Amino acid sequence: MSQRFKEIDFIGVFLWVFRAVIIVLVIYGTVAKLFLGVGNTYTVEIWVDFLISGLSQGSLYALIALGYTMVYGILFMINFAHGEFFMSGAITSTVLVAAYLSASGFMDSQPVISLLVITAVAITTSISVALLTERIAYRPLRRAPRLVPLITAIGASFFWQYFFRGLFGSALIPFPVPEALQGRWTILGLEFLRTRVVVMATTIIALVSLYLFIQRTKTGKAIRAVAEDKDVAALMGINVDRTVSITFAIGAAMAGVAGVLWGLVFRQVHFYMGFVPGIKAFTAAVFGGIGSIPGAALGGLLLGVIEAVGPPLFLEGLGIAGAHQLKDVIAFTMLVLVLIFRPQGLIGEKLAEKKA
Amino acid sequence: MKRATLLVLLSLLLALFLVACGGSEGSESAATEANESASTSETAVEAPADAGATCTDAIGCVEVAPGDPIMLASSLVVSGPNTELGLDSQYGVEIAIDLRGEIMGHAIELQPEDDGCSAEGGQTSAQKIVSNPQIVAIIGTSCSGAGVPAAKIISDAGFAMVSPSNTSPSLTDPALHEAGYLRTAHNDKIQGAAMAEFAYNELGVRKAAVIHDGDPYTEGLATVFSDSFKALGGEIVAFEAEAADATNVEPLLTSIAASGPEFIYFPVFIPLGSLLTNSAANIEGLKGVVLAGADGIQSPSFLENTVGTSEGMYASGPDLSFSNAFYTDTFLPAYMEKAGTEPTAPFHAHAFDATNMVLDAIEKVAQQGADGTLLIGRQALRDALFATSGMEGITGTITCDEYGDCADPQISVSQVQSGEFVRIWPEK
Amino acid sequence: MAQTANFSKAVRLGLIAGIVALSVSAIGMVQTFDVRDIITGVLTLGQLLLFSTALIAGYFSWQKGEGVAPVGAILRGLVAGLLTAVPPIALIFLTIIWPGIRNSFVNVSADLIEILTFGQTPVVGSLMLLVVMGVLGVIGAAFDLLPKRIQKPLFSGLLWTLVIGLLSEILLLILRPYTPRAVLNFLFGAKGITPITAVIIFILAVGISAWWDAQGKQAMQQRRAEMAPAKAKQLRRLNIGLGVAFVLILPVIMGTYLTEVADIVGTFILMGLGLNIVVGFAGLLDLGYVAFFAIGAYVMGLLTTQGDLGVGGLSFWAALPFSVLAATLAGIILGVPVLRMRGDYLAIVTLGFGEIIRVLVVSDLLKPYIGGAQGILQIGKPEAMGFVFVQPEHYYYLILAGCLLAVFVSWRFRDARIGRRWMALREDEDVAEAMGIRLVSTKLMAFATGAAFSGLAGAIFASRLSSIFPHSFNLLISINVLSLIIVGGLGSLPGVVVGALVLVGLPELLREFAEYRMLLYGALLIVTMLLRPEGLWPSPIRRRELHAADIDHRPDDSEDAKSMA
Repeated sequence: MSQRFKEIDFIGVFLWVFRAVIIVLVIYGTVAKLFLGVGNTYTVEIWVDFLISGLSQGSLYALIALGYTMVYGILFMINFAHGEFFMSGAITSTVLVAAYLSASGFMDSQPVISLLVITAVAITTSISVALLTERIAYRPLRRAPRLVPLITAIGASFFWQYFFRGLFGSALIPFPVPEALQGRWTILGLEFLRTRVVVMATTIIALVSLYLFIQRTKTGKAIRAVAEDKDVAALMGINVDRTVSITFAIGAAMAGVAGVLWGLVFRQVHFYMGFVPGIKAFTAAVFGGIGSIPGAALGGLLLGVIEAVGPPLFLEGLGIAGAHQLKDVIAFTMLVLVLIFRPQGLIGEKLAEKKA
Repeated sequence: MKRATLLVLLSLLLALFLVACGGSEGSESAATEANESASTSETAVEAPADAGATCTDAIGCVEVAPGDPIMLASSLVVSGPNTELGLDSQYGVEIAIDLRGEIMGHAIELQPEDDGCSAEGGQTSAQKIVSNPQIVAIIGTSCSGAGVPAAKIISDAGFAMVSPSNTSPSLTDPALHEAGYLRTAHNDKIQGAAMAEFAYNELGVRKAAVIHDGDPYTEGLATVFSDSFKALGGEIVAFEAEAADATNVEPLLTSIAASGPEFIYFPVFIPLGSLLTNSAANIEGLKGVVLAGADGIQSPSFLENTVGTSEGMYASGPDLSFSNAFYTDTFLPAYMEKAGTEPTAPFHAHAFDATNMVLDAIEKVAQQGADGTLLIGRQALRDALFATSGMEGITGTITCDEYGDCADPQISVSQVQSGEFVRIWPEK
Repeated sequence: MAQTANFSKAVRLGLIAGIVALSVSAIGMVQTFDVRDIITGVLTLGQLLLFSTALIAGYFSWQKGEGVAPVGAILRGLVAGLLTAVPPIALIFLTIIWPGIRNSFVNVSADLIEILTFGQTPVVGSLMLLVVMGVLGVIGAAFDLLPKRIQKPLFSGLLWTLVIGLLSEILLLILRPYTPRAVLNFLFGAKGITPITAVIIFILAVGISAWWDAQGKQAMQQRRAEMAPAKAKQLRRLNIGLGVAFVLILPVIMGTYLTEVADIVGTFILMGLGLNIVVGFAGLLDLGYVAFFAIGAYVMGLLTTQGDLGVGGLSFWAALPFSVLAATLAGIILGVPVLRMRGDYLAIVTLGFGEIIRVLVVSDLLKPYIGGAQGILQIGKPEAMGFVFVQPEHYYYLILAGCLLAVFVSWRFRDARIGRRWMALREDEDVAEAMGIRLVSTKLMAFATGAAFSGLAGAIFASRLSSIFPHSFNLLISINVLSLIIVGGLGSLPGVVVGALVLVGLPELLREFAEYRMLLYGALLIVTMLLRPEGLWPSPIRRRELHAADIDHRPDDSEDAKSMA
């Protein structure tokens, strides 16, 4: 790699300076915050609060990131529309199911059944949208240059956003949280918001079962085979189209689950909710190592934590006004840094030139 | 071959500059005039010899032939996420026109345009409006960001506009004010200051935190509030910002909680406002801290999204508890019939008053020719608008100052009580 | 067996068309577009949208060469048309069963049902809808039975009538100053053309098209062929001259408002030309293109504003080079870190850059320097020899000059060595490198040139509005520009113009589209990539690449080769 550019010295120096500046800034800010007492002083409990909030947000990123990572693993394309799969499930299940369950009081009397029904609807919607998108916008272009499916994915993203805006309106839609999940639970002496516990537990269950599914089942093997080499897999008697569809469906199902959890945490859904989390989750997937399921989980959690802890830690330490406003800057700077210096991500395998 | 085309292109560029300069000579007089007069006046000045009256106005007249309507335009946001704000105002304008019926035998017609709630949208709609020389005056814009370029274009073209909902201080700042710009909405300076006074004097809080979302309106309001609060002797312990489409606002609120405020003011819109309200309920450190928003969240939709969590919080906004019988007996029924719903935003009454202000001014300055032709002098109209004084509108007594602020600034504070906004301050 | 198989196609198409009809109704397009008349009292845009589904389903319900008898074809059309009506009818009855539907589906309003049922009772209305859709399906199917020489004129007649009806407001704006009121009232309705006008246009278009097919085209070609080369050249120059003259006097014809729209379109053309270099020529997908637009605008704003934020208090002309330079530098600086990335990674990182710039611009961090949320007001206007640019007409020439400059630069670069390098890079980076192309300078050159045009556009934009706010510089601008160059034709210069006219100009003029702009963009991006990846007006090279099979040899290859030497 280092021999590739004639001007490597100039570029290399620039990149090193870039890296050094950011590291110095982060360290300086952190030191200033922790030891020089710039801005508010936070107690240990408050730092724990930041951490938990970040972990819970990170779990959601991880669930969404799975879809990116799986599709990328198998097709080497960024499914830009994945955030909309997430949104479609959340918004449809809220408007058509949750609102009515809540109004009838069923939600409070039977919270578990209600949430299962809502989740089922969300998953179904997300999968339908994903399969439709795959069938129309991606499959015919599988042999096209790589830019082409990315462009259709961007198109699909905007199409679905505004399609659901047309269906359900642009207003904010409240997501009803059952009474049983309001308030806190005490676990190991620490108080946790109930919704947060549900989010993290669901994420862990989903991640583990997905991992087992991919590693142990026949379909999982087929997915791995297609990811390795589509043509050879086809020769081995694997139905590639079907396997790709299944991959999309699994990713979308995870996004559907994430959609319901999102509703529980933030208590509101709307048509634009998929876009930013989608990009963040993609960042998480790249961060952890795109193509790797544990990588997506790790990347998601880390991104969530950095977004929550970063502004109060080193941005406030640097004396920056309105630090929390800049958390997207942290997220995207991280993405850029990872892609420059470690394109394979934290625990991803080094991808061959052709794939990266 | 290619070289030849190149030559053609180069000479074309040259020609362009020549044309631009040549054109400048022709329109120079018009353009230099443009600042204090109208470049559109040429259409209007055509002396109506047969009508008997002649236009003597400094920046031209609108001539309304017998049988033709008097044209007004509106430039309000009727698309995108802020549609409710603009439509609400538009109903106010339409009701005012319907109730007036006609002026000196001429019907009144409205050309509605969309300001898109953005500088670009304001610019385009203003250009569209001023390209129709029959238009007498404009009701708009909805958003201050759209108002800035629109005020310039409309003023330069010699027209006059009255905005029902621009609240940004810059629009009526003596250094920035455009000659044809007026508004019936209150200046943000007043709302921010009123909230600061309420918090400091009524609630007795001394430490406040402020959150805005990077929108000019919310940022302006947040700034005015914090300045006024400090002036009263209070302390602003945190001046924070969060993206309008933010999701996880708990870290922000945790940070703020650590700075120990007694009161948090977030003059943001519904999505972020309800997120902040809901999340604040989850933060241990914010127990007992008073929350307050502004007119951006004074909507049923906000209450639906914050069932349980918004109870007891405050919101500032224009005082809509209009005591006059006209509002409840005539205006509201007309509104309900037109819109099919209760008012969705606070500014319909301001739009109604703005329209009446314009119509009154037209009645005052219009000169009727022998054959029924109306002549409306543009400068005369402006003068009449700025001279508006003591006009009784729904929103109060309207009196304009020389920089176009006409509102009778009545700001009230409401509290959410049992899931509804209840006006609590100032006492009547 | 074959017969049923063919019918199954009609059934499938009919149902798909029906679901499309249902969707466009449910998301509110039909009723939003219903406000715009095409032919007053006869046809609105909403109805056109709704009913065209059946027509199209009918048209495609059978294929020539399948050996289907005319009756069979018409039957297939009928089936497709009738089935198209089924989902909307289901919606009509759903609203009866479920009166609260509007609480969930906000656009399923009484107005929509009134449009679907023609204002009749549900049962009568549904039957009418069924009949209308069926008839349209039959018409669609029958259309393909006609011989080509009748089909074509009919089609162009229809198309012209609809287009002119749709654009009647613009025509009205142009004609109003010159035409007596009575004539206008005769030709135009409140928001469309009158039926009489429609008939006139239809007959004219059919006539002209038929004549053209029968004689005109041949005669023209013949005359061209017989013409001496020198004269042909002269004619071409005359044409170019006429075109130039037309573009130059356009503002006079169009009036202030349409010129304003032309300015907006022109700004996007300028940006499109820049992005075209990056994406179209060099194949580097940049989703953060708005960053350079913002930088150009902010530098212009800061250097020329009379407000408190002002730095230097320069004039527009003095500040312009700084704007362009700042954007160019930003292009290079942002370009360096992404040098080693490709395709989709590059896209996401540039998107990240765009977002970083947007967040920084609005942030409290930079508020003391660039105004934060309150933006920059009182930005300077260009001035030349005592003449100040105020009106859209003045900016029109400025933007036109900018666009011409950009076209010229793009065109020269494309055919110069750098252009060849970009294209080599686009095709295969590794091979390009192996051929001795220096990737760093080649890529940076593309980023820098693209950013420079965007900065220029931003500078003019800031001055034209004389105030800028951070919210004007969002991701949607990047997506708009990307969409327009893709729909127009990647790598094609005329394609950028066509793309901007269609994707920026039309929605600006037809405000009803504003709500559905992004939806249509999304759909257009997909459809373009699936059906016509080369775009509306493709560049010759790309067309050749994409349709290598159907073009064997083209004479102008030699010309390209010559210019390279």
